[in-house]
Amino acid sequence: MSDLIQIAHETLLAPTGLGESDLDRMLGELVGGGIDAADIYFQSSRLESWMLEDGIIKEGSHSIEQGAGIRAISGEKTGFAYSDELHLTPLIDAARAARAITRSGGAGTVKVAGLTPVRQLYQPINPLISLTESEKVELLRRVDAEARKQDSRVKQVMVSLVGAHDVMMVAATDGTLSADVRPLVRLNVHVIVEQGERREQGSSGGGARESFQFLLDEERALGFAREAVRQALVNLEAVDAPAGTMPVVLGPGWPGVLLHEAVGHGLEGDFNRKGTSAFSGRIGEKVASSSCTVVDDGTLPGRRGSLSVDDEGTESQNTVLIEDGVLKGYLQDKHNARLMGVESTGNGRRESYAHLPLPRMTNTYMLPGSYDPQEIIASVDKGLYAVNFGGGQVDITSGRFVFSASEAYLIENGKVTTPVKGATLIGNGPEAMLQISMVGNDLALDQGVGVCGKEGQSVPVGVGQPTLRIDELTVGGTGV
Amino acid sequence: MNDIKERQARLQQLVADILQEAKAQGASAAEAGVSSDAGLSLNVRMGEPETIEHTRDSGLGVTVYFGQRKGSANTSDLSPEAVRETVRAACNFARYTSEDDCSGLADADLMATDLPDLDLYHPWDQSVDEAIELAQTCEAAARDQDSRIVNSEGAGVDSHAGLHVYGNSHGFISGYPSSRHSMSCAVVGQDGDSMQRDYWYSQSRRHEDLETPEMVGRIAAERTVSRLGARRIATGEAPVLFQADVAVGLLRSFLGAIRGSALYRKASFLLDHLDQRVFPEFVRIHEMPYLPRGLGSAAFDSEGVATREQDFVSDGILRGYLLDSYAARKMDMQSTGNAGGVHNLRTTSGSLDRQGLLKKMGRGLLVTELMGQGVNTVTGDYSRGAAGFWVEGGEIQYPVEEITIAGNLKEMMLGLQEIGCDVETRTSVQTGSWLIDHMMIAGQ
Repeated sequence: MSDLIQIAHETLLAPTGLGESDLDRMLGELVGGGIDAADIYFQSSRLESWMLEDGIIKEGSHSIEQGAGIRAISGEKTGFAYSDELHLTPLIDAARAARAITRSGGAGTVKVAGLTPVRQLYQPINPLISLTESEKVELLRRVDAEARKQDSRVKQVMVSLVGAHDVMMVAATDGTLSADVRPLVRLNVHVIVEQGERREQGSSGGGARESFQFLLDEERALGFAREAVRQALVNLEAVDAPAGTMPVVLGPGWPGVLLHEAVGHGLEGDFNRKGTSAFSGRIGEKVASSSCTVVDDGTLPGRRGSLSVDDEGTESQNTVLIEDGVLKGYLQDKHNARLMGVESTGNGRRESYAHLPLPRMTNTYMLPGSYDPQEIIASVDKGLYAVNFGGGQVDITSGRFVFSASEAYLIENGKVTTPVKGATLIGNGPEAMLQISMVGNDLALDQGVGVCGKEGQSVPVGVGQPTLRIDELTVGGTGV
Repeated sequence: MNDIKERQARLQQLVADILQEAKAQGASAAEAGVSSDAGLSLNVRMGEPETIEHTRDSGLGVTVYFGQRKGSANTSDLSPEAVRETVRAACNFARYTSEDDCSGLADADLMATDLPDLDLYHPWDQSVDEAIELAQTCEAAARDQDSRIVNSEGAGVDSHAGLHVYGNSHGFISGYPSSRHSMSCAVVGQDGDSMQRDYWYSQSRRHEDLETPEMVGRIAAERTVSRLGARRIATGEAPVLFQADVAVGLLRSFLGAIRGSALYRKASFLLDHLDQRVFPEFVRIHEMPYLPRGLGSAAFDSEGVATREQDFVSDGILRGYLLDSYAARKMDMQSTGNAGGVHNLRTTSGSLDRQGLLKKMGRGLLVTELMGQGVNTVTGDYSRGAAGFWVEGGEIQYPVEEITIAGNLKEMMLGLQEIGCDVETRTSVQTGSWLIDHMMIAGQ
C-alpha cells in the first residue's frame, strides 16, 4: 500500500470501519449486467477561510464536506448517486441506484489493487495547520497595512485567506485504486480607491498547492497588496476604452485566460465526442497561426491547476493541444476516451464526490516564441495593450468567446500610452488564434487564483502565456 | 405530508440542539441553518438516457457570537459528533476574529411572527422512467422542429424537494419545505459553415405549472435556428432592446448596486443616491415575498427577519436599499429583511409586447444573449459580449453575433424608454424586455 492510500484509508474508511473487502463488495454490486465501467469516489475535504475588512478580522469560518459518489456506466449512459454517510449500507444503496441504468442485476467480483506509487507533485500536507490562527490573523493585518500605506487614496481593503485540505480515494471496476492528498491555499486582496468623486477598484492574489508558508515566502502576500493598489490607481486615470476592431497585445501570465476560453474548452473530450464544438473533427487541421503551441499541463509541481492523479485515478499529463498551429489532441476523461477509442489524458475532474467527473483543464498555456515583448508593442500603430483580466466565457459551438480586461492601455505609434477603462474583448476561437502574429519570449504562468466553471462545477485551474499580438480583435469600449 | 412535517420537526429540534450546544460552549448568541434536499436530475441525448443522477444533499451552518466577535462553520454531516465538532470549530474561530460593533444577530423585534404557508412544497411523484420519457418527448420536439437541427446537447428534467430550517438564540426557529422542478433542452443547428446552439427551459414550484415538453423543445429549436447565419455589424451607437430574460440581468446589476455590502464598502455607483432619480418616472421596482408558489417566496430572510412588501424604486426614485442587519448597522439604518437577497422582485411593465417594442425602437439591436462578466458595480461601467438581431423599420433583419455592447449602468437606467409586458417568470427576479435609448456597439 502506498503512503497516499494509507492516509486515505485512515481518513476515509477507517473511521466507520470500512475495509478493503467492503470496497470489493461495493464494486461487486457494480459489475456485470451490461455495466461497462463503474467507480467509487471517497472524499473528505476541510476548508477554512478568513476575511479582513475595514481593518478588522471580520469573519472566520470552517467547513467539512465528506462523502462518496458512485458512478456506473453502460455505453453512453451514466448512473450516479452519492451519500454523505461513509457507511456500508447507504453506500450499497447508492451503488444500486447508480447501476439502475441497466435493468439486469449485478453479479461479479472485483479486486482492486493500489498500483505503483504515483509521482507526487505536492506534499500530502494539511495546510490548515501550517500556521497558527494567530499567525493567519497577523498575515491578514500585514497585508491590510501594506495596502493602506501605499497611497492615501486607498479607502477600503478586503483581504481573504482560504486554505483547503482535500483527501480523496477512487476505486474502479477496471482495478484502479488510487488516492491523493491535495493541499490548496489562496490569498486575495481587493481595494477601493477614491479621488474626488471618482472611485475605482483593483485586485490581486495568488496561491498554490502548498502550505500557507507559500504566501509568506518572498513576501508574496504583501506583493499582492501592492499590486492591487497599483491597479486601482491606474484605473483612476483611465479614460473610455475604444470600441471596434483593432490589433490587441496581451501581456504575459493571467491574460492566458484567452487560451482557456478560445481553445481549451472547445477541446474537451465530451463536446468533441458529441460533435458540438467548433473544433470537432478538426484534428490535424490548422486552427491557429504557426507560432502557436498550446499545452494543458497537469504535471507542474505545486501549481493550483496541477494534480498528481485526476479524480479517476489517472496520472496527470502534459498534453499538447495545438502544435505549431495544428490541432493535435483533446482533453479526455476515461468515459469520453473509451467512447472515442483513445486513452484518458488524466483530465477527469469533479468538484466533489457529489458531482460527476467531466473532462476539464489543469494548467493551460502557450509556449514562448522568439519576440522581445517591447518589439511586439512597437509593431502596433494604434491598438490596445491589455495586461489584466477578470473572467471569461465561451460558447463552444459557435466558438465565440469573451474575456474582460481589468487593466488596459492604448498603444499609439508603437508606445503604451493612456490607461483605458475595463472592456470586454470578443472573438471567435479558431479565427482569433489564426490572427496571432507575434509570440513573445516571456512565458509566465498566473499567480494561482483561477477557477473554472462548467456545468455548474467549479475546479481550480491555471493559465499562462507569453506576450502576444492578435492582429484583429473586437474591443468593447464606449469611446471612438 | 405527515412525513415531511415529522422531518421538519426533527430538523427544528436539531437546530435547537445546535443553539443549545453553542450556548454550552460559551457563546453569548448563535444562529444556525439546516437544509436537507433530495432529487433527481437526468439528461437524455439523441433519444437515449445519458446521465441519471440521484441527489441527496444536507448541510448545516452555524454562526456563534462571543460578544461582538463571531465565528462560523458548516458541514454536510448532520451526525451528533459532527454537529459538536462544527460548533466547536465556530467557537474556536470566534477567539480570533475582531470585536466588531456591527456584528450580531438581527434585532429581536424584527423576527418574523406571521408565518403563512406559501404553498411552496409540491413534490413530483414520478418514476425515473416517466422522467426519461418527458425528456425524450422534449428533445424529440426540438429535433423534429427543423431539418437544420443536426445535433443535440440533450433535454433534462430536474426535480428537487427538501426542507430548510433556521433558528437563532432570540428563540426564533422556523422552517418550511419547498420544491423546485425544471425541464430544459439545448440543441445545435447547422447551416453551411455556421453552427449555433441555444436552449430553453421552464421552471416552477409545481410540476403542473411547467410548460409542456413539446413547447420547451420547440422554443429551444426555434431559438437555435434563428441564430444561424449570424453576422457582425459595424461599430456605432444604437438603441438596444434587451429581451426579458437578459433584461433580468440588468435588474440584478441594479440590485447589486443597492446591496448594503456594496454601499458600506463604497463600492457602488449608486452610493448616496437614496431619494434621487435613478430611473425614468414610469418605473417601479417592488418586492413581493408572499406570492403563493413564488420562486423567491419566503416569510423570513436568512436572519429570521420578517420579509415585507416594499418598493426599492417608485416614480423612478430610489426609495430604499437592500439591507441585512450587518450592513444596516454599518449604515445606521434598519434591516430591510433582505439577508440572503430579494424575495420575488417585479418591475412595472408597460403595454407593449415584443412586436410593439421592436416597432417603437425602429432601428437598433435586439439582444437575446449576453456573455462575460463585464459589469463594474463600483463605477457602473458596463461592457459585455452580445448576440441577437439587427432591427430596421421595427422588423428583425438578420441575426448578429461577436459584438459587444457598452455603456454606463447609471445612464442606461435613466435612458430606459420602455419595459415590455413580456415578463420573464422563470426566475424570482422578474421583468419584461427593456428598451434602452442608446449604447455603444463594437463590431467590425
